[in-house]
Amino acid sequence: MSKRIGMEIALAVAEAAALCRPDVVAAYPITPNTHIPEHLAEIVAEGHLDCEYLPVESEHSALSACTGACAAGARVYTATSSQGLLYMYEIIPIVPAMRLPVVMALGNRAISGPINIWNDHSDIMCVRDLGWISLFAANGQEAVDMTIQAFKIAEDHDVMLPILCNLDGFQLTHVVESMLMPDQEEVDKFLPPRKPYAAVHPDNIVSMGTLGLPEIYTEARMAMNEALMNSKKTIYKVWKEWEQAFGRKYEPISSYKGEDADVLMLTMGSMGETASIAVDQLRGEGFKAGMLNMKLFRPFPADELRAAVKGAKVLIVTDRAIMCGGEIAPVCAEVRAALYDEPVRPAIVNEIIGLGGRDVRVEDFVKMFKKAASADKVKPEKAFEIYGVRSS
Amino acid sequence: MKGIVENFDLYAPKLVDKEEYFSSGHRACQGCGEALAIRLMCKALGKDTVITNATGCMEVISTLYPTTAWKLPWVHVAFPNSAAVGAGVSSALKVLRRKGKIADRDVKTVSIGGDGGSVDIGFQAISGAMERGHDMIYICFDNEAYMNTGIQRSGGTPYGASTTTAPAGAASVGNKTWKKNVPAIMVAHNVPYVATACHSYPFDFMNKVKKARKVKGPAYIHCLAVCPTGWRAGSDTCIKLGRLAVETGIFPLYEVENGKYNITIDMPKKLRPVDDYLKLQGRFRHLSPDERKTFQELATLEYNKILNNVKCSKSWSDLKG
Amino acid sequence: MTKAKKKWPETWQECTPGLMVFEPASARSYKTGSWRAQKPIWDNTKCIKCGVCYLFCPEGCISEDAEGYFMADLDYCKGCGICYHECWPRAIKMVEE
Repeated sequence: MSKRIGMEIALAVAEAAALCRPDVVAAYPITPNTHIPEHLAEIVAEGHLDCEYLPVESEHSALSACTGACAAGARVYTATSSQGLLYMYEIIPIVPAMRLPVVMALGNRAISGPINIWNDHSDIMCVRDLGWISLFAANGQEAVDMTIQAFKIAEDHDVMLPILCNLDGFQLTHVVESMLMPDQEEVDKFLPPRKPYAAVHPDNIVSMGTLGLPEIYTEARMAMNEALMNSKKTIYKVWKEWEQAFGRKYEPISSYKGEDADVLMLTMGSMGETASIAVDQLRGEGFKAGMLNMKLFRPFPADELRAAVKGAKVLIVTDRAIMCGGEIAPVCAEVRAALYDEPVRPAIVNEIIGLGGRDVRVEDFVKMFKKAASADKVKPEKAFEIYGVRSS
Repeated sequence: MKGIVENFDLYAPKLVDKEEYFSSGHRACQGCGEALAIRLMCKALGKDTVITNATGCMEVISTLYPTTAWKLPWVHVAFPNSAAVGAGVSSALKVLRRKGKIADRDVKTVSIGGDGGSVDIGFQAISGAMERGHDMIYICFDNEAYMNTGIQRSGGTPYGASTTTAPAGAASVGNKTWKKNVPAIMVAHNVPYVATACHSYPFDFMNKVKKARKVKGPAYIHCLAVCPTGWRAGSDTCIKLGRLAVETGIFPLYEVENGKYNITIDMPKKLRPVDDYLKLQGRFRHLSPDERKTFQELATLEYNKILNNVKCSKSWSDLKG
Repeated sequence: MTKAKKKWPETWQECTPGLMVFEPASARSYKTGSWRAQKPIWDNTKCIKCGVCYLFCPEGCISEDAEGYFMADLDYCKGCGICYHECWPRAIKMVEE
């Protein structure tokens, strides 16, 4: 029976991961996700989880060890952020290419230059195109639920791809929320032990990580990308099963008062919740605002996006990273691409918000909505704006 | 008359495991010492082994999709992480066996890499894995340069060798430093079994692999692998060059068991001069008499350090106090 | 894990997941014997059946016959000459292809 708990979200995510009975955890600490590997280490040390815990010497080795363990048939879990993610960057594309279902929590944190330990999405934007499924939690309950869902999705033989479970660093990881935590029996029922498609063991000899000549590389990459695109089916299936088991519904893009909105705002992660308060305030004033929160980022839910924005006059896309040197920010670039061929589409406004942990308050969202309200009549001066940047 | 051959029973080759775990059809150069060393290593390990392989010559020549030369389970991920992948494999095999998810018998994880993937870019991963004490063997196949990518200098390149990134020239002797002493670093990591080996002494090498396999914990073997292509020597000189490296004291064969050093073969009473070794290889051809003298001095120094260790080192069990 | 012979190069649907290779020692389909410029010939009157040639072959292509003499599998022999070089009694000589 699920229990209502009040717990720091990072600790809850670690508890959820432990309930999934990982065989091997190899992780390296980095603020702000450190509490996840720390709490898992504690759970193992107290004998509550039969798991080989590797306190590895770097993130590069963390993902390497996870890849090796996964290749040997184990269920594996790890966690990192920002610079740690960048340090394991070389291994990131190799894991989905080898079709290994590693689950990784990413406590979203700004990438360096200058060093900054606070929350934005510049880390996930560095790895979005490398073949991992990417889920975004907007609150603690979603972070917990997605951790458990991730193993089921990743290990499905129709998928066999690694998954990034994104949760905002500090904004979520260090926040205490009230959540429903499933119990071991419920998780065991939902998530059976891993049955690997192949594993390195003398009883069934296989060579993994072979060399792909020019004659075959293209086909190998296509095969992997097709698996990623098709994983939507399994993701939605698992979400349906989750709803049946736990009563909580998940969809790739959730809508808050978006159905009849004139001005929609697309968010990813926890800022969506703040934006929804702004929506309520604006609705109270007669302004037809709506908020969309994207929970599935890769594979990109283009069909669902097109359906969700139908009828809106303006779509504000909030980005939490700069696409340096590009004409627009990352999420907005994908949104524009998805909407380009639509005969009727909303005017798009791109706001880059909350870089390096800068707070974005309800009144900021209200300002953004009001400013964008006339974007369908008057084209915005610039393609994107870094909201609130101080300029002389 | 041919050079000194190690003291082994001439008929012992027939007792070696006939199974070829590293099959013909691999794309190594003619006369490749590393391929030979891998072949012998597998015979000593047997079928209950999982190999993790760093990017390098052996990985590239053995597993061109859709074929593989390996008759053992094998995984390659990237260049610097063979030891980290091995740590993961070893941990997984341990826990899966404990949970009854795989057969209840000992399967050894063996991580291999060239000097590139071990001494340089792979060093951190080896250090971490050995320090954490995983039950695995790490074997470095040292052909003294990044051979797979075209003979670039590595931390294993000896003094005076000409490589493409430390070439000999009017203003340079080639590589300026002696080989990084990784076995000594492994001993400092408290690895209970550390050894050097060479394919030219196949039984010494295979015995060391078997010994390493028996260790319940980390073990490290540093195997000199002659590369006729990169060393610019005849393809048939592979075994001879390995022998000369040992007989000149340039690459002594020893093992360190729980901190106690021992030379493992009968060394000649008087070491051969390094010139016998240098003159057969194009990578040393440019060395002046003075530079050869420096090479001799460096080789003698390193050899004497090992002899000193043999004389003075004590087994850790004796030092417990 | 189909055992059916796939035509090379494969379509993307035919590729194994992750380009895993499930057939051990399948490298034997590539005959490296085409590389060599010289091949080893054994003189069995001199051969002492020690097996050193078998031991030192990097290709692992030298094998023992029913009488205990040795020969190279010419499908794979690259003609490196190690066996010739290491044969004590000089029972092997290298002959131009």
